[in-house]
Amino acid sequence: MKTNLFTFFIWMGVALLGAAAVGGIALNRGEAVNALWFITAALCVYALAYRFYAAWIAATVLSIDATRATPAERLNNGRDFMPTNRWIVFGHHFAAIAGPGPLIGPTLAAQFGYLPGTLWILIGAVLGGCVQDMVTLFFSMRRDGRSLGQMARDELGSIGGIAALTATFLIMIILIAVLGLVVVNAMKHSPWATSTVAATIPIAMLVGLYMYKLRPGHVLEGSAIGVILLLLAVVGGGWIDQQAGLRELFDHPGLPLAFAIIGYGFAAAILPVWLLLAPRDYLSTFMKLGTIILLALAIVWLCPEIRMPALTQFVDGSGPIFGGKLFPFVFITIACGAISGFHSLIASGTTPKLLSNERDIRMIGYGGMALESFVAIMAMIAATVLDPGVYFAINSPAGVVGKTAAEAVATISAWGFPVTVEQMNQLAKQMGEATLFARTGGAPSLAVGMASIFGSAFGEHMLALWYHFAIMFEAIFILTTLDAGTRVGRFMLQDLLGNIWKPLGRTSWYPSVLFSSAVVVSAWGYFLYIGVIDPNGGVNILWPLFGISNQILAAIALCVATGILVKSGKLKYAWITALPLVWLVIITSTATWQKLASDDPRIGFLAAANSLSDKLTAGALPPDKAAVAPQLIFNQQLDAVLALFFAALLWLIVIDMLRVCARHLRGRPVPPLSEAPHYPTQLEEAWQRD
Amino acid sequence: MAARLNDLLRGLWRVIRRLSGDDGYERYLAHHAAAHPNTPVLPRQEWFALQQQQKWSGIKRCC
Repeated sequence: MKTNLFTFFIWMGVALLGAAAVGGIALNRGEAVNALWFITAALCVYALAYRFYAAWIAATVLSIDATRATPAERLNNGRDFMPTNRWIVFGHHFAAIAGPGPLIGPTLAAQFGYLPGTLWILIGAVLGGCVQDMVTLFFSMRRDGRSLGQMARDELGSIGGIAALTATFLIMIILIAVLGLVVVNAMKHSPWATSTVAATIPIAMLVGLYMYKLRPGHVLEGSAIGVILLLLAVVGGGWIDQQAGLRELFDHPGLPLAFAIIGYGFAAAILPVWLLLAPRDYLSTFMKLGTIILLALAIVWLCPEIRMPALTQFVDGSGPIFGGKLFPFVFITIACGAISGFHSLIASGTTPKLLSNERDIRMIGYGGMALESFVAIMAMIAATVLDPGVYFAINSPAGVVGKTAAEAVATISAWGFPVTVEQMNQLAKQMGEATLFARTGGAPSLAVGMASIFGSAFGEHMLALWYHFAIMFEAIFILTTLDAGTRVGRFMLQDLLGNIWKPLGRTSWYPSVLFSSAVVVSAWGYFLYIGVIDPNGGVNILWPLFGISNQILAAIALCVATGILVKSGKLKYAWITALPLVWLVIITSTATWQKLASDDPRIGFLAAANSLSDKLTAGALPPDKAAVAPQLIFNQQLDAVLALFFAALLWLIVIDMLRVCARHLRGRPVPPLSEAPHYPTQLEEAWQRD
Repeated sequence: MAARLNDLLRGLWRVIRRLSGDDGYERYLAHHAAAHPNTPVLPRQEWFALQQQQKWSGIKRCC
């Protein structure tokens, strides 16, 4: 009784502290807020949601059964199916779900002010993203680790299965293109960044050779050598930047860099995994975890003040970074960090095959996503500790604020975010860059934010090093996603082509490997190319498209989960997935509609195509712009078709899910639940928790 | 005190090795001995290549 009362007061305290912190952030106007309040609010919200909501879902909705043998135990083959300590599974799962998405989305969404993005990251995660990850993990675990596509086909029918596969393939293409664009924009005319990122490729290969030939399987030794070399590459990039004659080799505009990335993507997709992809993934995982921990420590130690206002005037849709009103675009821009459909592919991939006990799904599914959401909160802090004027100067494309520095600062200062050319030049000099104007894509501004946080915590004189460390850190795992995504796209394509002509389906037949890799690389390469030649920065088009596709994948996962809940007789609890599903359907449908029908050329694809073709026929474009205009017009029309296709896919699967549910409730036959039978666990508690 | 610190560091090292897959070959040997005794084991290099190939044939990294 005494402990009960004690726990009650503890949780009461957490609730009050959390409410005060969220209230403080939300209601504050005009005064500077300290970043510590963001951290406090986030930790309290996650703790409460994890302790109460997630525990209730696990016990009541999913009826977790700790005595039931998991697929890892029943199908143990010592390889992919293997009962594993939950902390180890948590580590693997988190490393798999946390990519560059939760760093970039919040940085871009900060144009609306700090408040909308922060609230969506917190609420979206605890009611949407964490629930999606947890229930998908649970249902996949109960089905011997089947993938989302297979579950959609088994539980809803073949339409669901095809929709899930198509969405996965397309989201991969858009994702790789937009991430490629982020790296290109970070390297544009920056010899330091370009040479450092270029050096990561031979370093990864060296580590690959070490792990495969020299000391096979000794991944820690190889990774340690690689991390040291990467840090030396950051310093070495600074040296190259100082050498006349050498620096020109790495000083390039966007287009050649884009072609380099495309060529690199093709090479990476056809090289053996041990040479490039696998070693770089080890390096990027260590870098990612290390940097995230360092950033968290620096924020807590330093308690920086947030300089961005709670809301900016750009909630009306006129934002320079991407066009569109607060609703629905803040929810589209921040996908990873709040709710990300891609996670459902991981939660129905490797992770369910490792769980040693059903109990662990709360910590791994719900807890893993809560931690990723926390990373997004830190990215939001890093973006909003910058002077708003500086933030907009870095992130606004030249097509919106003007080509010259003087024009850009005049436009941005007129918005009420004072900034001067001297200030920007001084900052660029500190960061070791020629200019920081119009460095769109989120990576440079995040790097400036991180450099200023790290700089004040660990020494101001190293700002340029911290900046390029942050760029290298982002580039290395963006390139890992790019390789891994191209490879997965290739397998999916080969699977499909195998139905048309058998040999094309053989994943080890070299001509088929070359052909399908070339198709996948040209698909994302096309969007990357257009993104680079677009004077409005490309991010304005590609990021919302990526957000929409990622949210639609999340909606598909939630449809599968809702269908399974209804079919298992849990109609009264189906709202836990139906509620986020309804919200996702509303925001993605609204966003798609606006992307198609808006008259504003910065929002509507068709409006943009029409306005550009009018200007072209009137001869109002300068020759360099007129030359690329036909390609841009075609691309806007293609994007419109793509957005429409995404929305159609979404509605198709939602209607299919409703049809299956309605049939089940009226007692008509539906595809049966495909849950694996119950076997009692034989695992000893002590052994399980080794 | 020193002994406990030692244990703690050893435990941490085990977790790091396990998480990174550094102890993968040892675990493979242990599993092999238990599940398929009297059959030949893969040499270290072949095991590593096979394991990397299997690891990267599905969706392993996210946005």
